[in-house]
Amino acid sequence: MTERIYIFKRFERFWHWSQAALIIFLMVTALDLHGTMTIFGFADAVLYHRAAAWTLVGLWVFAIFWHLTTGEWRQYVPTTTNLIAMIRYYLFGIFKNAPHPHRQTQLQKHNPLQRLAYLFILAVVSPLIWTTGWLLLFYASLGDWGLGWLTLEWIAVGHTIGAFLMLLFLIAHLYLITAGATPTSHLKAMITGWEEGH
Amino acid sequence: MHSTLSLAATALLAGCLFLLGSGPAEGALPKTTTADHGKFEELQREFASGPEVTKACLSCHTEAAKQVHRTKHWTWEFINTENNQKLGKKNVINNFCISIPQNTPFCTTCHVGYGWKDNSFDFSSQENVDCLVCHDTTGTYKKIPGTGGMAFGKDLELPPGSGRIVKGVDLGMVAREVGKTSRDTCGSCHFFGGGGDGVKHGDLDSSMAAPDTDLDVHMDAIGLDFTCGTCHATSSHDVPGSRYTPTAKDEGGAHMRGKQAEGGNPATCVACHDTTPHKTGDHAERLNHHADKLACQTCHIPEFARGGVPTKMVWDWSTAGERDAEGKQVVRKDEKGKITYESRKGDFINATNVKPEYRWFNGEITYTLVDDKIDPTHQPIGINRINGSASDGKSLIWPMKIMRGKQPYDAENMNLVMPHTAGDDDYGYWKNLNWANAIESGMQESGMPFSGKYDFVSTEMYWPINHMVAPKDKALACNECHAKEGRLAGIDGIYLFAQDNNRWVDTIGWTLALLTLLGVIGHGLIRIIASKKS
Repeated sequence: MTERIYIFKRFERFWHWSQAALIIFLMVTALDLHGTMTIFGFADAVLYHRAAAWTLVGLWVFAIFWHLTTGEWRQYVPTTTNLIAMIRYYLFGIFKNAPHPHRQTQLQKHNPLQRLAYLFILAVVSPLIWTTGWLLLFYASLGDWGLGWLTLEWIAVGHTIGAFLMLLFLIAHLYLITAGATPTSHLKAMITGWEEGH
Repeated sequence: MHSTLSLAATALLAGCLFLLGSGPAEGALPKTTTADHGKFEELQREFASGPEVTKACLSCHTEAAKQVHRTKHWTWEFINTENNQKLGKKNVINNFCISIPQNTPFCTTCHVGYGWKDNSFDFSSQENVDCLVCHDTTGTYKKIPGTGGMAFGKDLELPPGSGRIVKGVDLGMVAREVGKTSRDTCGSCHFFGGGGDGVKHGDLDSSMAAPDTDLDVHMDAIGLDFTCGTCHATSSHDVPGSRYTPTAKDEGGAHMRGKQAEGGNPATCVACHDTTPHKTGDHAERLNHHADKLACQTCHIPEFARGGVPTKMVWDWSTAGERDAEGKQVVRKDEKGKITYESRKGDFINATNVKPEYRWFNGEITYTLVDDKIDPTHQPIGINRINGSASDGKSLIWPMKIMRGKQPYDAENMNLVMPHTAGDDDYGYWKNLNWANAIESGMQESGMPFSGKYDFVSTEMYWPINHMVAPKDKALACNECHAKEGRLAGIDGIYLFAQDNNRWVDTIGWTLALLTLLGVIGHGLIRIIASKKS
């Protein structure tokens, strides 16, 4: 009988999946807005992108509240414990069927690399996208706010850099789903909340 | 297509009038005017010529001619107070028929007066003002080319001895039926500028006499049915809306009563629609914000020459002069019967449904006049040069018809020339096909020197597009500009989503994404291989 632990609570899973859907949808609509390809057409893409962005804002209001009230924000405090071991695991151990160096508990859901990656997303990528995104939404009012010196080009370039960083994260993140105890154990955990043990 | 629709619309209108039992002749429609000219004693007679009619008009409308005298419709002269250039039809050069002075008796067919054939024309004469050309409602009124725009009450042999009979107009009937100006009266000249239907403007041609809603949402003959004067709201006969000093960016907002007295231009879009015209729809706010940089016309006139009448886009005078084996002048036409070459005029390119070109424009226009030096090493020469930029705070991005061509210039004195073209004499180019003589004679008329050496120079002329406003669902879609190589490609000073992006960010971004993807695929493959081995 394998060990099972309850890692992701109901709200956390809801937050994760709705956020995932919104971010992927934002990326798809961004392809139209960036002129990469035509999917919805520019006019609709603008509306969808804006609606998804505001929905994400709403979701984050709840998520921030949840993290603060439950103390779960501590999950993202970076640590160096086992950091080297994790890197070694991904570089070598994983190919030799070596045991996973991080032992998930309810207090430490994320391995040290995850913590760093998520912190980077939360502290760098998200703020970049959010600030530039808001500036774009309210571009017409920037002059009134004394921000008229910000050019549309620089705001847009910042937003694009954020989008690319998010894309890199998404690719790695999707792959690392398979890097659990079994290739599907992480996915199952994110769906049911229960992580199959080690 | 459009002309068919226009015809249908006209027929429908006529039908409606018929059903109401009120042909204009019976005057049974309730008149909105308090004066029925058909009952005026002064008009119960026959008139031999236009000036006779005008005298009758002036017996009641005592100030009318004096008002007309003050307008550029009469003087064909306009001083641009911004740069002190002396403009007006009389003075400017264009790249269509080139210029007026030496061809006056023909060009002045469109003068709002009678008998301007040469410099001896009396501009102070009240009876020489042509009331009927603007106030005719019958559509029968005609001014005769070559006579300085005279109108005659009886058939006439013109020129005398030629055997060519010019039909007279029932001037008494026209006078008794006068009314407000209409698309037809304004159009009788403005639709035919440049020597033919639709030639010059691109957004004004005979299809606009009775347009359908798709062609012009305001002038739609069975819809809003605007006349020209609805926007070009005229006071004291001085029609507002100048092409020499246009209003490129109207920040004055919608006009309230009395506002015109403050000097605002009533013919701008903003004069009615205000500066935030988009009230409904998901994009309303954003579109209003677009109006900070875009003229309304840019999105709302997606193409010009949409009514089926081609407009002239290129006129190359340098190829004129061809003669066939018998020494006769040549005319070539395209498959639609439109002339593409004439010995007396050169090569033409005509086009319908033309996408405008776009330029920053702040309303300042400088003309190249006959006494301005030109530099043929920098072609094309701007017949009129428009000013504007992203940063001057006065400009918007405007749709333009840019008329291109080649025309003669004095290769020694380095100035554009005014050749004598029309006319049945030994100098007019159209008859004699001799440039040196035509230019010499034309320049002489204007008191300008001609070195005797001429050549041809490429020119371009800007025509801001204002008419043929499409209904809102036919306005430009976002992706006409928000796309790679969209309509505003090459316009500086703006950042356009979907068109512009930072090449470095894109290259590095996509490269890293690809490397990450390859990385995880490689990592995964090694895992699969390793697990199979073990």
